[in-house]
Amino acid sequence: MLNVLAQTAAGEMLEGLKAIGAGLGYGLAAIGPGVGIGTVVGNAISAMARQPESAGMVRTTMFLGIAFTEALALIGFVVFILLLP
Amino acid sequence: MNDGMTSGLTTETAIARDLTKRAVWVAPAFLLVGIIGWGLDGLLSAALALVLVALNFRLGAAIITRAAQISINALYGAVLGGYVARLALMTVVVLGVKAVGLLATVPFAITLLVTHLGLLAWESKHVAMTLAAPGLKPTNRSLQEKRST
Repeated sequence: MLNVLAQTAAGEMLEGLKAIGAGLGYGLAAIGPGVGIGTVVGNAISAMARQPESAGMVRTTMFLGIAFTEALALIGFVVFILLLP
Repeated sequence: MNDGMTSGLTTETAIARDLTKRAVWVAPAFLLVGIIGWGLDGLLSAALALVLVALNFRLGAAIITRAAQISINALYGAVLGGYVARLALMTVVVLGVKAVGLLATVPFAITLLVTHLGLLAWESKHVAMTLAAPGLKPTNRSLQEKRST
């Protein structure tokens, strides 16, 4: 009886740890792209301020840069969904 | 393809619209893989992933356009806030669908990642990095329209 209870508790604990790991992983995976997007936008704003006539081109590059950087966060998101019990 | 500058759209909106169009073109392939491999759940999951990818691009573009109209400083905050908000929205939607029990995680994951990266790589080929035509590369049709106006 005690053995069964211990096994159940261990199983639940494992599920809980999995969920914590998934959440932590997602959170950590979102940090990198956040920094990356900050860098992309910061430099784009700097470029637009220096050369306002190139704003259209800079915004195009910025939009694509943000989307590419966001792919890293999506990888983290996918891992989170796959790990979630 | 649509030339953003001639149709009066901002560059990012034109690109997001073009990305959505391409997502519609590739959608049947992913939906087919989903339904063959995982049945109805696979189909729904692939469809959800496609919708999320397209919506993510459109929402991102809308946020940039709106913020750029306000000020250049607002752009910085809006883009970073928008990133967090879009991730949160995506998480809520997917967790909601998962709670209902309709989510097949593998086709969802494959479709989400492949579509997002694939569409961006594809779109990069059709973007002009010149001051003359920022945004999408001008096509013969768009140039003719421009000349006629």
